[in-house]
Amino acid sequence: MAETEQNTSALIKAEREFVVPGDKIVSSMEYLPGRNTFRDGDSIYSKRLGIMHLENHVISVVPLSGGYTAQVGDMVVGEIEDVQSNGWFVNMQAPQSCYLSLSGVRGFVRPGTDLTRIYNVSDLIYVKVVSVTNQGIGLSMQDDRARKLSGGKMIYVEPVKVPRVIGKQGSMISMIKRRTGSNIVVGQNGAIWLQGGDEALATTVIKMVEKESHKEGLTDMIEKFLNENAPPLPANQLPSTTEASPEAESENNLGGQIEKYGNEEN
Amino acid sequence: MAMKRIDGRKPEELRQLVVKAGVLERAQGSALVKLGRTTALAAVYGPKRLFSKHQQIPNKGLLEAHYVMLPFSTDDRIRPGTSRRSTEISKVMRLALEPVLFLEEFPRAGIEIHVAILQAEAGTRTAAINAASVALADAGIPMKDLVVSVSAGKIDGEYVLDLVGKEEEMTECDLPIAYIPREKKISLLQMDGDMPLKDVKGVMNLAIKGCEIIYEKQKQALKERWIDQVKTTIV
Repeated sequence: MAETEQNTSALIKAEREFVVPGDKIVSSMEYLPGRNTFRDGDSIYSKRLGIMHLENHVISVVPLSGGYTAQVGDMVVGEIEDVQSNGWFVNMQAPQSCYLSLSGVRGFVRPGTDLTRIYNVSDLIYVKVVSVTNQGIGLSMQDDRARKLSGGKMIYVEPVKVPRVIGKQGSMISMIKRRTGSNIVVGQNGAIWLQGGDEALATTVIKMVEKESHKEGLTDMIEKFLNENAPPLPANQLPSTTEASPEAESENNLGGQIEKYGNEEN
Repeated sequence: MAMKRIDGRKPEELRQLVVKAGVLERAQGSALVKLGRTTALAAVYGPKRLFSKHQQIPNKGLLEAHYVMLPFSTDDRIRPGTSRRSTEISKVMRLALEPVLFLEEFPRAGIEIHVAILQAEAGTRTAAINAASVALADAGIPMKDLVVSVSAGKIDGEYVLDLVGKEEEMTECDLPIAYIPREKKISLLQMDGDMPLKDVKGVMNLAIKGCEIIYEKQKQALKERWIDQVKTTIV
């Protein structure tokens, strides 16, 4: 324990402290540079505007602004942009071109099949990022959560606000789903798909979360708003009995994200 | 014997400086820099896909800088659109900012910077670079450091910082620099006029001192813009 204390005292920036590009975070080889940081000499500096985060000697910066940076393993919501002979180009708000290859589709596709019958232009898909290279982003449907999203509508939030839309352990998004009755799929890229229930209300609430995300007591505020605007809950779902069952959670395609943010939670 | 300058400043004093980040709702990142009456407004978009495919660079991103002086920014109306001068300043801005960007992280993508000079009274290119670098950080673009810029010169045997108005005619040289404080490197060095090498060094050192002051202001502006978000962000 004493050792840990000594190590943290070498830090120039504290955990959760605001940093800007070029800020020195630590001057020691004891630490490793993680996401959004870089090493120069024996010091680690911030690469982006954000919040310093230390975990197991790895220093990273949680960004407060900026577009979507694809990470292998992310689940994203995208729109089919173009159909090629060997796969699909997908628009997912990333700076690179995103390609879903035929080999990334589940099941056997007979040679010569018209690919528009699998996914056509403007279809929406929930898809996994499997590679990020200079050539672009590679996508795959070979994941239990990946699927085609039929009907519904898409809205966009800033990618850095996605953790707030999901909430701690998925609390925010499951509350919105429960109260509006909509199916909602949140992509790490900030694209959100909604279907059924009160879509308009769900959109308003998600936009509210995005706009007010910096305020404290956000969950309470949203709950109050939903109490005023959402239809009353059916008797079997009254708040006292709404301990969302694990089955219900896995059904709505959020399993991975909840786990992800759950793990990062301190 | 401190010499009095046209506007009553000391030789090593900057004009009044205001830096604000995140002033535009629609841009991904933005900043306003006022150095005395010189006012620069910068907006940043990107990284985003470049749709003129021939411009795409396979192993890194493309930085595009656009500098424009608005028609009402000077005494005589300026003809809108690009001019020989604005093309040059756009280019030096890009060259001054490129060294701090991790462009290799965005192959085939593009980052756009637009700077408009709302009011001009000397030092527009330095104000433009200061605003652009804050706007880039505000947009969440990965950078090695902020870039800071200021000009300096020599009047009546004395080194003076941040030339203004008539001083540009009185000075032996007008020397704008852009400076990367963390690495102590210079990414832009221009000079109008001529001076012995000894003086050039002196003027440069003075400009670097000025940059250090602006650097703190830039960081402060970013902090003011984002500090509310810090507490509640899920780490």
